[in-house]
Amino acid sequence: MNLIVRLRPVAFIAVLLVAWQIAITREAAPLLPGPWGVVGGMADLVRHGLLLKYVVASLFRVTWGFLLAAATAIPLGLTIGWYRRAEMALNPIIEILRPISPLAWIPIAILWFGVGDMAAIFLIFVGCFLPLMLTAINAVRGIPAVYLNAGRNFGLSPAHLVFRVLYPAVMPEIIIGLRITLGIAWLVVVAAEMIAVSSGLGFLIIDARNAGNRYDLVVAGMVMIGVIGLLLDMGMKSLEGIKSLQWGYSED
Amino acid sequence: MMSLMEPALKAPALVTTKLSASHINMVFDRDGKSVSVLEDINLEVSNGEFVCLLGPSGCGKSTLLSTMAGFLSPTHGEIRIDGEAVLGPDPRRIFVFQERGVFPWLTVEGNIEFGLFNQPRSERARRIRHYIKMVGLGGFEKAYPPELSGGMKQRLEVARALAVNPDMLFLDEPFGALDSITRLIMRGELLRIWEAERKTIIFVTHDIDEAVQLADRVVVLSARPAKVQQIVNIDIPHPRDISSARYLELRDGIFKQIGLAHKV
Repeated sequence: MNLIVRLRPVAFIAVLLVAWQIAITREAAPLLPGPWGVVGGMADLVRHGLLLKYVVASLFRVTWGFLLAAATAIPLGLTIGWYRRAEMALNPIIEILRPISPLAWIPIAILWFGVGDMAAIFLIFVGCFLPLMLTAINAVRGIPAVYLNAGRNFGLSPAHLVFRVLYPAVMPEIIIGLRITLGIAWLVVVAAEMIAVSSGLGFLIIDARNAGNRYDLVVAGMVMIGVIGLLLDMGMKSLEGIKSLQWGYSED
Repeated sequence: MMSLMEPALKAPALVTTKLSASHINMVFDRDGKSVSVLEDINLEVSNGEFVCLLGPSGCGKSTLLSTMAGFLSPTHGEIRIDGEAVLGPDPRRIFVFQERGVFPWLTVEGNIEFGLFNQPRSERARRIRHYIKMVGLGGFEKAYPPELSGGMKQRLEVARALAVNPDMLFLDEPFGALDSITRLIMRGELLRIWEAERKTIIFVTHDIDEAVQLADRVVVLSARPAKVQQIVNIDIPHPRDISSARYLELRDGIFKQIGLAHKV
């Protein structure tokens, strides 16, 4: 029973693929490669050693941009959230920067860092920074006063209060923020690679189109982006299963 | 009628003042208007005494307790404990919130261990074992608070407080969120612990029966702004027979004092 339930989405995807293939075969001049053609495109990429190389290139940029943003935005957000005055002072700037798409930074990224990895990493950093900082600000402000009072009551020094109360109290929300932000990073890397670099899955898509209308490779790139995005999200979601974080996700 | 009551039966030796509140006034600023919450509260609590602060909901009794614990500073007046002015919270006197106060990211053991960071490892382990047993949480050492019932969380918070060996406990309606059966059991447990460890306890409640069952003295507070209306000595030894004439007399006296007709 359980197995059948687990297999249901897989079966549904299989049905869709078959329907896609049938639709493509019946069309005289299809506007999209069929699933079989995409498999062929992927095999081509593997044969040329490009698939792994591009995946690694994209993941490398995402990792650095995301980690740099997490390492700066979270401590900064926690500090700002702690000091109500700082939050009030910075709020207008944050609200102006927030609606600017990270892609609007592309020209500036290239101006500052030239064409290359640094520009792409910077764009991912920009895309992740504000969402993570806002998550951290809200997480601190949402800590029930009773936890902080209890921590103070037991005689914790300010540093201990940060590590033993503030930090664990914000973790569940921070993990959710990281999960959402990693999704943003994965969206941004594709766009950044279309403009700023000559490797990676985003570059693959734009290059396959420009250099010969290889739409099988375009769709192969899209499929890889989707699958890796899913795996990244599953990885982040598994953190929510940690026992000491459970309280933050339960209904109670 | 109250003036005819005898003083509470207490160990006669070494009755020293633990806490004294003198002329406590508290004024909050709410939407530009100043609201007086506490008005000239004067109170002395002896070492090892169990005192209940009793008053209607929202009268300011929790504010008074937070002031005594050092979380709030009074607008005027002074709290002194062991002769020293209270300037902030202190691990020698632990505040027990409703069961919301346990840390949900720590196990039962981790919560009890929380305040023991100055103790050597063996002493920490000993106290954890001792207090888990005392509050009947054996078998739940590795459980996280969301897996515990409300009563268990409450007992855990009491254990966490006792583990640091404070000489005073402040309890803010600790059993308010529990069902009536668990609440009765918890009152018994608290009295058992108090009789074993003789901490000074200040207990906030709006439940007249609870106050008369537990306390040596009941401090009856008026509606906001809270003033001390009456201090009633409960001169019945534990365990208390809650159908005895004396119990009913004291309880009805407080009912009258608060201005409630004793009929539903």
